[in-house]
Amino acid sequence: MNLHLKVWRQKNKNSQGRFVNYEAKDISTDTSFLEMLDVVNEDLIKKDEDPIAFDHDCREGICGSCGMYINGRAHGPQKGGATCQLHMRSFKDGDTIVIEPWRAKAFPVIKDLVVDRSAFDRIMAAGGFISVNTGGAPDANALPISKEEQESAMDAAACIGCGACVAACKNASAMLFVSAKVAHLARLPQGKPEREKRVMAMVAQMEEEGFGACTNTEACSAECPKEIPMDVIAQLRREYFRAFVKSEEKV
Amino acid sequence: MVNEVKSRPTGKLDSKVPAGKLEEKWTNHKFKLKLVNPANKRKYSIIVIGTGLAGASAAASLAELGYQVKAFCFQDSARRAHSIAAQGGINAAKNYQNDGDSVYRLFYDTIKGGDYRAREANVYRLAELSMNIIDQCVAQGVPFAREYGGLLDNRSFGGAQVSRTFYARGQTGQQLLLGAYSALMRQVGLKTVEMFPRHEMLDVVIVEGRARGIITRNMITGEIEPHIGDALLLCTGGYSNAYFLSTNAKGSNVTAIWRAYKKGAFFANPCFTQIHPTCIPVTGHYQSKLTLMSESLRNDGRVWVSKIPADKRKPDQIPEEERDYFLERKYPSFGNLVPRDVASRNAKEQVDTGKGVGERMNAVYLDFADAIKRLGIQDIKEKYGNLFDMYKRITDEDPYKVPMRIYPAVHYTMGGLWVDYNLMTTIPGLYALGECNFSDHGANRLGASALMQGLADGYFVIPYTIGGYLADLKRDKVDENHPAFKEAAGNVKESVKKLLSIKGKKTVDELHRELGQVMWDNVGMGRNEKDLKEAISRIKEIREDFWKNVKVLGENEELNQSLEKAGRVADFLELGELIAKDALHRKESCGGHFREEYQTEENEAKRDDENFAYVAAWEFKGDNAEPELHKEELVFENVQLTQRSYK
Ligand SMILES: Cc1cc2nc3c(=O)[nH]c(=O)nc-3n(C[C@H](O)[C@H](O)[C@H](O)COP(=O)(O)OP(=O)(O)OC[C@H]3O[C@@H](n4cnc5c(N)ncnc54)[C@H](O)[C@@H]3O)c2cc1C
Ligand code: SF4
Ligand code: FES
Repeated sequence: MNLHLKVWRQKNKNSQGRFVNYEAKDISTDTSFLEMLDVVNEDLIKKDEDPIAFDHDCREGICGSCGMYINGRAHGPQKGGATCQLHMRSFKDGDTIVIEPWRAKAFPVIKDLVVDRSAFDRIMAAGGFISVNTGGAPDANALPISKEEQESAMDAAACIGCGACVAACKNASAMLFVSAKVAHLARLPQGKPEREKRVMAMVAQMEEEGFGACTNTEACSAECPKEIPMDVIAQLRREYFRAFVKSEEKV
Repeated sequence: MVNEVKSRPTGKLDSKVPAGKLEEKWTNHKFKLKLVNPANKRKYSIIVIGTGLAGASAAASLAELGYQVKAFCFQDSARRAHSIAAQGGINAAKNYQNDGDSVYRLFYDTIKGGDYRAREANVYRLAELSMNIIDQCVAQGVPFAREYGGLLDNRSFGGAQVSRTFYARGQTGQQLLLGAYSALMRQVGLKTVEMFPRHEMLDVVIVEGRARGIITRNMITGEIEPHIGDALLLCTGGYSNAYFLSTNAKGSNVTAIWRAYKKGAFFANPCFTQIHPTCIPVTGHYQSKLTLMSESLRNDGRVWVSKIPADKRKPDQIPEEERDYFLERKYPSFGNLVPRDVASRNAKEQVDTGKGVGERMNAVYLDFADAIKRLGIQDIKEKYGNLFDMYKRITDEDPYKVPMRIYPAVHYTMGGLWVDYNLMTTIPGLYALGECNFSDHGANRLGASALMQGLADGYFVIPYTIGGYLADLKRDKVDENHPAFKEAAGNVKESVKKLLSIKGKKTVDELHRELGQVMWDNVGMGRNEKDLKEAISRIKEIREDFWKNVKVLGENEELNQSLEKAGRVADFLELGELIAKDALHRKESCGGHFREEYQTEENEAKRDDENFAYVAAWEFKGDNAEPELHKEELVFENVQLTQRSYK
């Protein structure tokens, strides 16, 4: 198949970006989206043109590196998959494909389709953990955890930190990402001792990073490659409220 | 000539395995190791390269102890290290199932699975520590699968007769890594770890015989920066991507350990690579990586091909009597569940004799029709639903209706930097942890043991053994103006400049694919003297071509992904030759290393314990000189060496 690409090219964070048109020719429908870009890049290099920069690593939808805004949708037209899991059979011969980086104030563009998502790491450093040092943990079976609790914690823990939720949200809110971690840990007994501290710290850091407010449009969950459900956001709100009331009581 | 490589007995290699009974070695050793006074720990700085299971767990644990840590990775976040992609699970000798597991059994299975080419003491320690790992991970909030009663669930994996594999859906690596990553980020928040993502280590700096730092390239600005430390841990993963196509992440590379090798760290058993039997086959020349389908599928799937070569019929048109269920036929007692290396070699044999299936005739069938008939579609969905979905997403074929097409792919490298019992390489102060060392899996790794090893090394071994080194360290002030740092930084800048100045005709990927093809054809599942010799000369040619003809555009002072790749491929082009040389010198078959000249009458791997029960550790002697072979004889005091049989 042949495709017309409109790709966002931006030399670095300080320069102005623009769309550039490319033709992708003779692409097999079995090719993955990133392999299609590899083919285009090989061509560009042969023509002495700078290849398109994009983040990727595992190419199986688990590392969270890849992430492109494809025809107005985070990770493209498929449901429940990352950009690297998208195959060209999702498109038609002759299609025009518009490819952009994640757009959010808190995710500045580094080059072309590569953005800086380090804000997520800083939110994690603020509280996305259980404070246990190595050594001294009790036997793993000393604390039974119901299958339901564990499964619902796992649903939330599946987040790959790709940032699609932020890109999909008109407010560029990071609520789904932050809530997924808060919910994962709050749903387990091990996470309970620090629950107030954790949610307060993570939300404070999220605000400091310049992510927008959540207005419950649910675009995040709809575009999330791991289909993290909206109930994690409801849980964050409850956790936050709880922590807030507790801190007021202390005053 | 390679064949005449000089070897000398153990000589320079002191494994530092403690004396005493197997079960007491680690306990006694820990007691004897010197300690660093708590108040002094913050005076030491430790550099950790890599934030996979090994690196993240080490960096976090050392920071908790009070050391100052700098951690590096090439991805944009520590959480994205390749460990994240592990699916199946992690072993531990908890014996929660009451099915007869024990530390000794896990030790024994691992030694035997590795075809008796691993060090007993290390493997025993690994089995011991496996228990602590599970405890630690649960305390961190890793949501391992559970039974209805609330206790932890286990599954079985290849090479074991007990159920000891802990898992978190099909995302065990992800959950374990996120646990280690969160511990690491906690330390970043506490400012005991300084984190450097998007930084690639390009050289090791040695001052007066000790590892004292590294040179990195900031992958956004291109800055070449020195970093100084009192000890240096390489936790940089495996080198399967020497074959271009593998199940590893695209960025996985050998650069860090290769540069260490060239600075004097010995490289052990480079030819021990693992080829996983159940991967989705190549579909076209654009293929960029191969996707693993968990080995658990072989519990219910039946492997077959048509008895007629080049049979163009659809699988459902091939009647039962014209199918060859070759694993069941050849190995009646293990059937489809033979170990990875046996399954892989047999699939290759079918494809090589023209019986491969699919349009490209490059696969064998893995058929679930019988299992669906026997167990019902619902049962199969519950067991393998996510794998079937993944297969369908990639191939556009529905495995509930047509058999999967599978073929082996390079998956894991047992070889790596030689380390002693303390995980120290032959360079004092330089350690190697996780997949990038050679220590625990011998010639073949059992499923679910890599995650265990990475975390054992990082959480529970290095925090002790590093103290023994630092406590004795005479600390001289070294700063970045030291000539060794200046020289190393200068060399790195030179080689970057060189890559950018060639401006040839071939892209980095083209050259990498050429190398990969030679590695796969000549140094792959079946190896022989002629092919290996040919590989050595072909690789040399490709390497020469690379340095004349590679085309790397752009400049250093920007995000330049071609430049990053070029540096890694340049190293693979040197490593490939060493892999082939090691494979050529090892005139026996063992585990994943199958030399066609050395097989039993039944075409199985034939070990030569008399002559090859050693670790082959290679010392770099210069770009144009032959590497020198050193041998660490393997002493088996506790297990008896037997020939594996799966008939
Ligand atoms: C698809 C797949 C499935 C698997 N499933 C299982 C399983 O179920 N069970 C099991 O036990 N094992 C499994 N394995 C094997 C296992 O995942 C790996 O062996 C293990 O995770 C390696 O961990 P590591 O910490 O050694 O290295 P990695 O996780 O590979 O981390 C390497 C780190 O080093 C960094 N790095 C590398 N080079 C440089 C450099 N030059 N400069 C700076 N940083 C650098 C990277 O950024 C990264 O942070 C699987 C492997 C694959 C490919
Ligand atoms: S919540 Fe979903 S979209 Fe957001 S970072 Fe996690 S996986 Fe990506
Ligand atoms: S490349 Fe890892 S999720 Fe897409």
